[in-house]
Amino acid sequence: MRNTVAIAGKELRSYFASPIAYVVITVFLVVTGLFFYYGLHDFPYEATVRHYLAPFYFQLLVVMLASVLTMRLIAEEQKTGTIELLLTAPVRDLEVVMGKFLSALAILVVMLAITLYYPLLMYWFGSPDSGPIFSAYLGALLMGAAFVALGVFSSTLSANQIVAAVVSIGVLSLLLLFDWIGEEVGGDAGGVLGYLAFPNHYEDFYRGIIDTEHLIYFLSFIAVSLFLATRSLETRRWR
Amino acid sequence: MIEVENLTKYYGRFMAIEDISFSIKKGEIVGLLGPNAAGKTTTMRILTGFLPPSSGTARIAGYDIRDQSLEVRRRIGYLPETVPLYTDMSIWAYLNYSARLRGLSKAKRNERVEAAIDLCHLQDYADVQIGKLSKGFRQRVGIAQALVHEPEVLILDEPTIGIDPIQIKETRQLIKRLGKDHTIILSTHILPEVSMVCQRVIIINEGHIVAVDTPDNLSLRLGGSGRLQIDVRGPLQQVTVALRRLAGVSEVVCEGQDNRGRYLVTCDADKDLREEIAALVVRQGWGLLDMQTIGLTLEDVFLKLTLREDL
Repeated sequence: MRNTVAIAGKELRSYFASPIAYVVITVFLVVTGLFFYYGLHDFPYEATVRHYLAPFYFQLLVVMLASVLTMRLIAEEQKTGTIELLLTAPVRDLEVVMGKFLSALAILVVMLAITLYYPLLMYWFGSPDSGPIFSAYLGALLMGAAFVALGVFSSTLSANQIVAAVVSIGVLSLLLLFDWIGEEVGGDAGGVLGYLAFPNHYEDFYRGIIDTEHLIYFLSFIAVSLFLATRSLETRRWR
Repeated sequence: MIEVENLTKYYGRFMAIEDISFSIKKGEIVGLLGPNAAGKTTTMRILTGFLPPSSGTARIAGYDIRDQSLEVRRRIGYLPETVPLYTDMSIWAYLNYSARLRGLSKAKRNERVEAAIDLCHLQDYADVQIGKLSKGFRQRVGIAQALVHEPEVLILDEPTIGIDPIQIKETRQLIKRLGKDHTIILSTHILPEVSMVCQRVIIINEGHIVAVDTPDNLSLRLGGSGRLQIDVRGPLQQVTVALRRLAGVSEVVCEGQDNRGRYLVTCDADKDLREEIAALVVRQGWGLLDMQTIGLTLEDVFLKLTLREDL
C-alpha cells in the first residue's frame, strides 16, 4: 500500500511536470463546456447534467483522453529502461499497477470535479434535481475509471506509447460500437455483445438510476483490466 | 553472500549463459569480466530478479532469487547498464523516490539521500533536473540510487562506462570504499579496472565461465609482462635474429624500414627480458630508442584462455 502511494504520487507529479495533464484537462473542459452551453441553449428549461455527460461524443472523448493519459504510464518505463529500477525494487507488480492506475484516476477525478461548476451554476439560477446529478457523475467516474484501467493494461503491452494508445482506443471503440453491432447481429450472440457494450451500462446512470448490475459491470471491468495489467507485467519478466 | 548454482538462460533458442556457478563471500568486490554479449548483463539481471533463469538458481544473503524475490530485492542495490533515470525529476527527488521504493521511512530517507549525494559528489546539483545532466553525472546519480538504501549487496553493471578519466578514478575509489561494508559484484570489459578494484575476477565468454581467480594470479598465469615493444636503430634482419636467439623469447615481429625498426617481442611466461634486451642492443652498438611493456589486453586474455586448456 505504501509503495502504491509512493508510485501514484510520483506519477501524479510527473503528469503536472509535463503538459499532458494540462492539455487533457483543458480539452475536456472546452468540450464539456460547449456541450453544457448548447444543451442549455437548445433546452433552456432542462436543468440537467445530461447535456454534457450523456452524449455519444462525451463517451468517445473520455475514451480518447483516458487512452492518452495512460499510454505512457508503463510503456515509457519500458522504453527508457526505468522499468529495471521499478521491477528490481522490493515492490509487488500489483502495487506498480495500482500506483499507475490511481495516478491517472486522480487526473480523471480532478477533470470531473472542475466540471462541477456547471451544476453549481444551475443551482444558482434554478433548482435542479440532485439525485440524477449525483448518479450521472458516479457513472462518468466509473466509466472513466474503467477506461483508465484498460489503458494501464495496454500500456504494459508495448514499449511504444503510440501502440499503447491505439490498442486502448481500439478496444474501447469496439466496446462502444458493440451496442449497435449487437442489435444488428441479434440473437444470443447479439445479446452478449450488447452486454459487453459499456453505453448500455452507462445510460441508466445519467437517467438517475443506480443499478447494481451496472455497478458490477464497471467494477469488474476495472478489476479484470488491472488483473490483466499485473499478469502482463509479470510475464514481461518471462519474455 | 552470493551463491550462484548452474544458472542458465535462453532467450528463445539463443543461449545467453549456460551452467554458471560461483560464490562470493561477504565483503568481497568481484569483477565480472567479458566482452560484449558474454552474458554479464544477463547474469546480473537474473541476480536482481529482473529476469528469471531458464534453469539453475542463486541465493543472495540466503534468500532464493526464484522463490523469495522480494527478500532478495530488499537487500540489493542495482545499477543497470542503462541508468534508470526519470529525466523530469531533480536528483534529490529521484533519490528520495528510489529510497521510498526500497521502503525507507521519511526520516531515514532524508538522512540517506543526503549521504548518497555526498558520497557521489552531487552536493551542488541536488536540485538540478536529471534531464539536464551530462552522461558522467547521470552515471553518478545511478550509483547514488544503487546505494541510497545501504543494501548488503551492490550489483553494478558497467559502473565506469561513459564517464571521463577523472570521474572514472573517483568512481573506482568510491567502489573500493564501499567494498568495506558492502559485497559488490561489478561488470566491466576493462582489464586494468578489475585489477585496480576487484579482489577476484570471474571471466565470462560466450555464456560460460572461463576463469575465476584473483587479478594477480590471473595475470601471472597468463604470462606476466607478456609483450615488449622495442624501437631499435640498427639493421632489421640482424636485430630480429639476435632477439630471436635470446632465451625466453617466443616470437618477434618486426616492422620498419632502413635502420629503424619496431619489434614486438613476445616473451615466455614470468620472464622479464627488459634488461637482457637492453644489454644486447648496447653490446651490438645499435641504438635503443624506446622500450615498453604492453599490458595484456582483454583480447589476449581471451586468446590465451581459449587456446590453453591447461588453465
